[in-house]
Amino acid sequence: MLKLTGTTNITLNINGEKRPVTVRPSETLLGILRGKLGLTGAKPGCLNGDCGACTVMIDGKPMKSCLMLGVEAPGKKIQTVEGLNGTPIQRSFIEHFAFQCGYCTPGFIMNCQSLIDTNPNAPDEIIEEWLKSNICRCTGYEEIEKAIKSVLRDK
Amino acid sequence: MTNIGKSVIRKEAEDKVTGRAKYTADYSSVGMLFGKTVISKHGHARINNIDVSEAEKVPGVRAIVAGERFPLTGEEIRDRPPIAVDKIRYHGEVTAIVVADSPSIAKKAATLIHVDYVPLPVVNSPREAVKKSAPLVHENVALYEKDEGVNPIPESNIANHTKIRKGNIKKGWDQSEVTVENNFSFPPSDHIAMETRSAIAEIKPNGDIHIKTSSQAPFMVKELLSAYFNIEVGKIIVDTPLVGGGYGGKASVQLEILAYLASKAVGGRVVKMMNEREEDLISSPCHMGLDATVKIGCTKEGILKAAELTYLVDSGAYSDKAIHLSRACAVDCTGPYRIDHIWCDSYAVYTNHPYPAPYRGFSHAEVHFVFERAMDILARKLRMDPLELRRKNAILPGDTSPTQVVLNRSTVGDVPQCIEKVKELSRWNEGQIIEVDKRYVRAKGIACVWKNSTIPPESSSGVVITFNEDGTLNLISGVVEIGTGTKTVLAQMVAEYFRMDTNDVYVRMNVDTQATPEHWKTVASRGTLMAGRAALAAAEDAINQIKDIASRVLKVRPDDLEVGNRRIFLREEPNRGLDFKEVVYGYTYPEGNAIGGQIIGRGNYILRNVTHLDPETGKGNPGPEWAVGAQVVEVEFDRRDYTYRILKAISVLDIGKVLNYKGALGQVTGAMCMGLGFGGRESFIFDQQGRVLNPQLRTYRPVQFGEQPEYIVEFVETPHIDAPFGARGAGEQGLLGMPAALGNSLSVAAGVELFHLPLIPESIWAEKEGRE
Ligand code: FES
Ligand code: FES
Repeated sequence: MLKLTGTTNITLNINGEKRPVTVRPSETLLGILRGKLGLTGAKPGCLNGDCGACTVMIDGKPMKSCLMLGVEAPGKKIQTVEGLNGTPIQRSFIEHFAFQCGYCTPGFIMNCQSLIDTNPNAPDEIIEEWLKSNICRCTGYEEIEKAIKSVLRDK
Repeated sequence: MTNIGKSVIRKEAEDKVTGRAKYTADYSSVGMLFGKTVISKHGHARINNIDVSEAEKVPGVRAIVAGERFPLTGEEIRDRPPIAVDKIRYHGEVTAIVVADSPSIAKKAATLIHVDYVPLPVVNSPREAVKKSAPLVHENVALYEKDEGVNPIPESNIANHTKIRKGNIKKGWDQSEVTVENNFSFPPSDHIAMETRSAIAEIKPNGDIHIKTSSQAPFMVKELLSAYFNIEVGKIIVDTPLVGGGYGGKASVQLEILAYLASKAVGGRVVKMMNEREEDLISSPCHMGLDATVKIGCTKEGILKAAELTYLVDSGAYSDKAIHLSRACAVDCTGPYRIDHIWCDSYAVYTNHPYPAPYRGFSHAEVHFVFERAMDILARKLRMDPLELRRKNAILPGDTSPTQVVLNRSTVGDVPQCIEKVKELSRWNEGQIIEVDKRYVRAKGIACVWKNSTIPPESSSGVVITFNEDGTLNLISGVVEIGTGTKTVLAQMVAEYFRMDTNDVYVRMNVDTQATPEHWKTVASRGTLMAGRAALAAAEDAINQIKDIASRVLKVRPDDLEVGNRRIFLREEPNRGLDFKEVVYGYTYPEGNAIGGQIIGRGNYILRNVTHLDPETGKGNPGPEWAVGAQVVEVEFDRRDYTYRILKAISVLDIGKVLNYKGALGQVTGAMCMGLGFGGRESFIFDQQGRVLNPQLRTYRPVQFGEQPEYIVEFVETPHIDAPFGARGAGEQGLLGMPAALGNSLSVAAGVELFHLPLIPESIWAEKEGRE
């Protein structure tokens, strides 16, 4: 059995940059991103996989970073919201007023981006299934629905 | 007008989609310590002993705060020890704080603190609490320090009693030919802001206290910390960055006190505290529960004559905001109808539950649920269409409110028009219930709403405007950006006043109580009125100063001058004038001498005509205006298994002039979604010992993507004369009638009156089958 104690040095590939970091084996990726690398875009909302505020992309797939250990991440491509700039989904969120307080927004955007990349022709049911994993308490979801659909449908 | 009404994109939008927007917990510093609370596992228990010896031994633990007697806290009654001593009164109550080098060390040590409890009998609902035999949550309520006019009843669980006595209730009943009387209730629930509360505290060597906090009320944090701990108020500096959702929950002051005590325990070092979700749900203040008895009467024609109401507000273990919440229940204790004879008794009642903070709508959605359900039951008894009953009784200018304020068009808007519009939009005439097939029916329910705010008469707001060298301006207001976009709306207003582009108005997002003029609290949908008026006053002040200088330079009268596009010019000859940049930092004549100086516009606003309520009758003016509306919910109900889908949610709201269309729409649909969650699904589930069984987002589910109905929203724009551009509050109204309209639609669909929230299939089934 693999047994890790104390701290370990790992190198993470985040937004195309190599970031060496010293971690405890039990530290979550979310904790490392926020606490050690200053990437506070991913948000803690429940630390339990229930809210999606901490969503990042791992090898192109959405992943709740509170549910992944840092030591599982070396060798994988990690993308956080800080790595996105001026993308259609970000613009679409702004134009459709798809956020208010903005706390859930990075998680939603990462989830949406991954959906756009992996399933550009996603039908409504798939969109719903994907976005169900994130909670937004401010909006009534209508604007978020419009934001993702406008990117997926008007390509 | 060019800026008002436009869907201007919020100023902090780019930051929010790139992850750059910073919330309290995103701020860290090297050397910062971390605090972690230990919370009680019981609903009511005596604390025998707290053993911290093992926790202390964990390397990296810097302090443990437990068992110490601090001054009592609480807004109207000081009944709450910040950290429990002697006994705990609710599941989730803080019993200790560990301060350590890292969050994980603090958490580990927290699990090693052993509290020895002796469980006590539990008060598990407000109805139980008012029984003579009920255990006392507070043994000595009468001894607590309290505000004037607050009257806890000794040897009882009643923290306060608000009375409304309007008209002559006996006469009202004499005139009533048809009456209904019912009991309604729902348990406490929560706000679920996605950002859990967090606070960072530091005490400097000179005694200055710096608090950074995710609060809707940074100025209250300052005021209350000062009052509770007897600290000079100027020594407390509170800083609030963007807040990740509040909905009232962050208007209470709680975690800030703990962060302060934690910092104090480590010699003033920086300590960050952040709630985990469980703590945010049950330990920090929640959303109130209510038990209500409603009796209303009307003539055979359906003209309302009398209403007699008893509200027992579940105030949880501590009265904090509950007294104010129970007062608000009394102020707008009916729906927006003309009723000449009203008696209301609203009690704040202690129980062994988590204690409440304000919740979007400040007691109104709660009161509307019970009152609007009773209206439907009355309509059924009268065999009258429930919409028609509401139309007949809709409150009008000239009528009086329960607190006997004579209303006018400006203060009460247009209820009949809202009803008329919602009738059309919901296709009410096609029938309230439509059979889809043997299994499914579609049904509609209506609710009318109104809301004033019951904020203290002396509440005020201030705004400062400064200029940049290029003539653009900076707007500084104490409104916290909690997601409502109010700061962007303020920029729109000021831009409108200066006739310039909203892009040329920069807004300061963070609030710093030392540098930002005070705004009482970012609550009650009052940002646009109070900060808006202050912003316009500041704009006017700045313009007057600019005119003064320009009139001397141009050798004209100040009142011949006008502003627009960052210029000041002669009305008659627009080409003759000065650019702002030539004036706003003083004007320099060609010879080199200068006049004027930096222009700083300042403005303030204080609510006018708001009065205290008479303790015997409740008479008084609670707030500036009522925003009103009518709402319909349409469901598809499965008669086989009692599940349902919400098809449509419709709101017609009179929010006065709409300042930012898409912004307002988002506020309304977001509030509607939250209201449907509150009515349909959200509640704490308590066991017999008063423990919350579902303190996680896995077991307490807010509405999810895909569950939202089709939203239909229309605005009626009756101006509120006092408000900038005639706007009314808009942040809460969408929520108010949702639980009631949902209850009304499901009662029709299931063919059984429903009295309790949340409206989950199981409880509808139980009601229908007559089972507990
Ligand atoms: S914080 Fe990861 S899902 Fe909520
Ligand atoms: S924008 Fe506030 S939670 Fe989604």
